[in-house]
Amino acid sequence: MAVGAKAGLHLGAPMRDVFGDALLAVCKENPRVVVLDGDLGNSTKTELVRQNFPERFFNIGIAESNLVGVGAGMAACDLIPWITSFSSFLLCNAYDQIRLAVAMSNLNAKILGSHGGITLGKDGPTQMGIEDLALMGGLPTMTILVPSDSASMHAAVKAATDHVGPVFLRSSRVPMPDIYPAEDTPFEIGKANIVRQGDDLTIIACGLMVGTALDAAIALAEEGLQARVIDLHTLRPLDNEAISAAARQTGAIVTAEEHLLQGGMGSNVARLVAENYPVPMRFVGLGDVYAESADPDDLLEKYRLTAKDIVQAAREVHQAKIGSNL
Amino acid sequence: MSGIDLNEDKLKALKGIARDLRLDILDMTTKAGSGHPSSSFSAVEILTALFFGGILRYRPDEPWWPERDRFIMSKGHAAPLLYAALARAGYFDRQLLWQLRQIGSPVQGHPIQGMLPGVEATTGSLGQGLSLGLGHILGGRINQLDYQVYVLLGDGECEAGQIWEAAMAAAHFNAHRLTAILDYNKYQETGPISREMALEPLVAKWESFGWGVSEVDGHDIGEIMTVLHEVSNVETKPSIIITHTVKGKGVSFVEQDFTFHGRALKPEQAEKAREEISWQ
Ligand SMILES: Cc1ncc(C[n+]2csc(CCOP(=O)(O)OP(=O)(O)O)c2C)c(N)n1
Ligand SMILES: [Mg+2]
Repeated sequence: MAVGAKAGLHLGAPMRDVFGDALLAVCKENPRVVVLDGDLGNSTKTELVRQNFPERFFNIGIAESNLVGVGAGMAACDLIPWITSFSSFLLCNAYDQIRLAVAMSNLNAKILGSHGGITLGKDGPTQMGIEDLALMGGLPTMTILVPSDSASMHAAVKAATDHVGPVFLRSSRVPMPDIYPAEDTPFEIGKANIVRQGDDLTIIACGLMVGTALDAAIALAEEGLQARVIDLHTLRPLDNEAISAAARQTGAIVTAEEHLLQGGMGSNVARLVAENYPVPMRFVGLGDVYAESADPDDLLEKYRLTAKDIVQAAREVHQAKIGSNL
Repeated sequence: MSGIDLNEDKLKALKGIARDLRLDILDMTTKAGSGHPSSSFSAVEILTALFFGGILRYRPDEPWWPERDRFIMSKGHAAPLLYAALARAGYFDRQLLWQLRQIGSPVQGHPIQGMLPGVEATTGSLGQGLSLGLGHILGGRINQLDYQVYVLLGDGECEAGQIWEAAMAAAHFNAHRLTAILDYNKYQETGPISREMALEPLVAKWESFGWGVSEVDGHDIGEIMTVLHEVSNVETKPSIIITHTVKGKGVSFVEQDFTFHGRALKPEQAEKAREEISWQ
C-alpha cells in the first residue's frame, strides 16, 4: 500500500519533479537566484532552470568540491546560489567546502541534497544519502529543511531562498502523499506543523515519514490510541516549543525518519526532551547498517520504515508511559 | 605476461565474448528495470581484452589470490558489465546476474567490495578508483608482489579533482604498473562532454602529469590488447590508454541518444537491441 493511503491521502508527483518546478518558480521571481549543477540536472530536475534561464545555470560537472566552492564564491557576490546534486555525492565529497566556504563563512548559499534516504532505491547504497542530516547537523550555522509533500516543498524552496544564510534542503526521488493544501501552505522555518491532534502520544516525523506517521495514527486510532503527529520540517532550528509541548501534553514520543538513527532527527529531538521534560521515547529509523539495491517499497519494509513499525513503536512507548505513571 | 597471441580465430572468439557480454548486460538491466546499459556497452571490448585476452592474471577459484592483477571499475555505474565479465570468467554462478538490483541479492546496483568474488572496490561515487589503484601498487611494493593494476575511468569522471590528485601522485611514485583506461565515449550524464566541460586537450593533460599516453579505438579488441601489452613493459611512468568509444555501442538507437544514460531498455526496445547485438 502506498504511503498515506491508509490516511486517505493521495500521492503527489515525484519530489524531484516538485523541486524542479519550485526552483523554476523562485528563479522567475528573483533574478538573483543562480543554479549550479553537478551533472545531474536530468535527475534533480534543475534542467528546467537550464532550459528557461540558461544564463543563470552552470553545470560544474562531476566535481562536487568545486561545485560548492564556486557556489560559495557566487554567494559572496550577493547572488543566491542553489548548489544542487544528490545528497550523498554533494555532502560526502564536499563536506569541508560546505563547512568552511559556506557554513563558517555564513554565506547566503542554498544546498539541495536530492535523492535523500533509501527510497533512492535500485541504484543502491553507494548513491543513497542516509547520513546527510547528521552531516548537516555538524555545521552550526546551517538551517536544515526536510519537506514532506509537494506543497511544503514549494513553500520550503521559497522560504530557503528568502532566508538570509546557509540552508540545506533535502529532497527525494519518490512521490510523497499530499498533506497540505497547495495554497496558503503553513510553512515557517523553525516552526513545526501539527498535522494531527492527539493526546495519548506524539509521533514526530520528517520527509516521507510524515505520511507514514499519519497512516500509523489511523491504525492506532483503531486501537483506541490518539496520536498527535508533528511534521518537523525544520531540523535546525528545532522547534523547542512544539517538542516540549508534545512531551508535556502527550507524555510519550516516537520519532520517525528516513535516515540513520545515529545523529539524525530523533537523537536531536531526544536531547531537547531529555533536557526539558523527559518522557519515554522510541526511534524509528535506520540502524547501523547500509541498505541495498531494491525497489523503494521493499526497502522501506525490510529496513523497518513502515506504518507498521511506527505502530509497534507507539504501542511500546505508550506502555512505557502507562508503566511510568503507575 | 608474455607475448600476446592475436590470430584470427582468437579474435573471432573474443568478439563472440563481447557480443555475449552485451546480451547479458541488456538482459540484466532490462530485467532489473534500471541501470546503466549504455555506459556498460561502451567498455565491453575493454573488459573483453582484459579478462579474456590473456591480459589479467586471475584465479576465479581463488579470487583474493595475493598475486592477482587488479581490475578496478572506477566508473561504478558500469557494474552490469563488471558482473557479466566476472560471471563469464567463472567467479560466480551466472544465474546471479538475473538478480541485479533485487532485494537480498549481492548483485548491487553499483559494485561493493567483497560482496561478490572479484569485486575489488566499492565504487559508484565517481572519481575514487585511481587512488585505490595507486594504493594497490604501493601496497604491492611493501608486500613484494609485482601485479599490474588496471583502472577503468569514465571521461566525465575525469572532471573530478581526485582523479588529478591521483594522477599527480602516481607519477610521483613512479607507479609504472598502474594503467588507467579511459572510456572516452564523449558523453557524461547530462550531455556531450564538449558542451559541458573543457576536458580536452586530454593527451597533453595526462602527459604533463607525467603519464605515458596511448590512444586506441576502444572497440578494436586486437588494438586494445596490443597496447595493453606494450604498456605493461613501461618501467618509468604510469600509463593511460585513451580508448575512443561510442556510448551505447552495439545498439543503434542507444548510440544515437545520450538521454539513455542511466536508463534500462524497455522489453520491446530490448528485443530490437537483442536482434542488433546478435548479428555482431
Ligand atoms: C561523485 C559523483 N557525482 C555524480 C554522480 C552521478 N553520475 C553517475 S554516472 C554520471 C556520468 C558519468 O559520465 P562518464 O564518466 O562519462 O561515464 P559514462 O556513463 O559516459 O561511461 C554521473 C554524473 C556520481 N555517480 N558520482
Ligand atoms: Mg562518458
